[in-house]
Amino acid sequence: MKHTISVLVENEFGVLARVSGLFSGRGFNIESLSVAPTLDPDTSRMTIVTRGDDRVLEQVNKQLHKLISTIKVVDFTGEDYVERELALIKVTAEADSRAEVLRIVDIFRAKIVDVTAKSYTVEMTGAPDKIDAVLELLTPLGIKEIVRSGPVVIGRGAKGVSGN
Amino acid sequence: MKLTGSQILLESLRLEGVETVFGYPGGAVINIYDDLFDSPIKHILTRHEQAAVHAADGYARTTGEVGVVIATSGPGATNTVTGIATAYMDSIPMVIITGQVPTALIGNDAFQEADMCGITRPCTKHNFLVQDIRDLPRMIKEAFYIARTGRPGPVLIDLPKDIQVASMNFSYPETVKLRGYKPTVTGNERQIGKAAQMMLKAKRPVLYVGGGACLADVSPELLQLAEMLETPVTTTLMAMAAFPGDHPLALGMLGMHGTYFANMSVTECDLLVAIGARFDDRVTGRIEAFAKKAKIIQFDIDPTSIRKNVRVDLPVVGDLKKVLGSLLEQLQEHPQEVAAQIEQTAGWRQEVAGWKEKHPMAYKESGSVIKPQYVIEKISELTAEDAIITTEVGQHQMWAAQFFRFRQPRTFLTSGGLGTMGYGLPAALGAQVAFPQRQVVDISGDGSFQMNSQELATLVQYRLPVKIAILNNNFLGMVRQWQQLFFDRRYSQTCMELPIDFVKLAEAYGATGLRTDKVDDVEGVIKKALEIDGPVLMEFKVSREENVLPMVPAGKGIHEMVLAS
Repeated sequence: MKHTISVLVENEFGVLARVSGLFSGRGFNIESLSVAPTLDPDTSRMTIVTRGDDRVLEQVNKQLHKLISTIKVVDFTGEDYVERELALIKVTAEADSRAEVLRIVDIFRAKIVDVTAKSYTVEMTGAPDKIDAVLELLTPLGIKEIVRSGPVVIGRGAKGVSGN
Repeated sequence: MKLTGSQILLESLRLEGVETVFGYPGGAVINIYDDLFDSPIKHILTRHEQAAVHAADGYARTTGEVGVVIATSGPGATNTVTGIATAYMDSIPMVIITGQVPTALIGNDAFQEADMCGITRPCTKHNFLVQDIRDLPRMIKEAFYIARTGRPGPVLIDLPKDIQVASMNFSYPETVKLRGYKPTVTGNERQIGKAAQMMLKAKRPVLYVGGGACLADVSPELLQLAEMLETPVTTTLMAMAAFPGDHPLALGMLGMHGTYFANMSVTECDLLVAIGARFDDRVTGRIEAFAKKAKIIQFDIDPTSIRKNVRVDLPVVGDLKKVLGSLLEQLQEHPQEVAAQIEQTAGWRQEVAGWKEKHPMAYKESGSVIKPQYVIEKISELTAEDAIITTEVGQHQMWAAQFFRFRQPRTFLTSGGLGTMGYGLPAALGAQVAFPQRQVVDISGDGSFQMNSQELATLVQYRLPVKIAILNNNFLGMVRQWQQLFFDRRYSQTCMELPIDFVKLAEAYGATGLRTDKVDDVEGVIKKALEIDGPVLMEFKVSREENVLPMVPAGKGIHEMVLAS
């Protein structure tokens, strides 16, 4: 089963390697990982998407927590949360397909952020399955390149994940 | 007061109560060694950095203090890795200081540069690269705190040369502030209460004790607990000295080379109480068959140990000292139930006694050839109650666990988790440094001994009267045993074809060498060695193809043992 986990860590030398090394060293699966500092510049927040059964996930959570640099671990599975991912997609857009790309971009409320005579670069933000959907429609038109950020999540409601 | 980085290091070590460090100098730590010249801290120069780490490990295991190592950058630092991994697997508190190339050169493939924080990340509890001298006192403080609290472990500080030379006004922090590190010390009282209830109701209980019991110094509590309910006790390799081996409730070791009665008791029990033990694969055998009739209680300081390998019915996270203290208190509140419980489990103890009688620990004596087990029995008999025993890894290690009767805690030093050949001699060295007056014996094999035999020089230089007993079968015996049993006797690369003259080797270093191949001389050799006031190497030529039994073949349940006939 897929799990999305937020990890608050000390923003210090080598912390990303500690977390990613933990996953590879213990054979845990890692589907995506994104990381950036929080409001407190001494703290970074990672969002990790992983898969595994309950026993594996219990270990993932505990092992993450065991790292000295880890301040907090929250598994959002089963919680109410907002999930968003960013994708930049470079699509072939010549004479006959230019209009079709624009239509798809419009339907998904994506944006064109770069235009050349032969291509569009599309910026798309949304839940990962929305991005999958737009990719499915754009693929027949010819995708030259794609980059995805991996999802980030935040809990719904007033309660936040803080380091205290 | 303005101090340089290397002075800050030594002053901080002194403030942490460090009296002895083990190490080896080099270019990237030359400033530290220069300041060490004027420092009250005693430095033991080993002949290899790996040995320095094992020695600090032996020092830590016997004293309970944090062992400290200094090594230079690059090869000096990478040489420490096996020692660090050994300590990490067995949760030994240690601080390792490695020199590093100047910060400006880091990442440039400079001379004697190695990314030590990268290399040791998976085998340390935590590590630090000091990038600014202002962080140094805090990092040392944190390193010692992390090493000795919670589940202990090694912590490495990588200290670049320019930081050692830089200076600042020194003050040592009084406290640590680590947002992400707050080990659970006190166990949950309700959970402990439930554990007490389960222990008062069980009909066939067993205590399964691991290395955590040694680290937490709970031998008195353990004895009290076992005797209060008259519960049989089995110990892992790491905990052989945590419970007296000659106690009527002692079952000895369990697992792959465990006793018949320990393995049968665990297989047949209805309550298994794990105390600082982590259900290692060498203990459980085939996991589906392990203690499958039992409910499992697990006491451990490390939440990741719980439910890692087996299902656990009742986990209690906390420091064993506090948890067992509280458990004993709760049990004492129910004297009638305790008395009833002793009565209720009488039949179980009889059953266990029956297994003990059916297959006691034994080996076939032979008239003329020395049996390795016999040598260990004799060492056990002739050494003092507080003698410290270390081992290397292999057959002799298992025989030591099976046939030595340990009487006091912190007297058995062995590489359990990593299984590091070459551990025993330097660990004995470290133990002897900690306790100059006690007997220290390294029980060794001819293969393992050669992995760190250079440390004979250190023993002689510092007049450390360590006794080494080599059970020489001219084989890498444990691998040979597997080849015999599972690979059709194809002894691939396990015969040590060059016979070493170990007596001459000892003499070359200035130690005493003794040798015998006669059963009748074994006792005399051991007595003589113990009387000599200096390091002695005893070589016992033992029967070559002796096997360690019982043995649970890989993939079998621990009740499916191959027994000594």
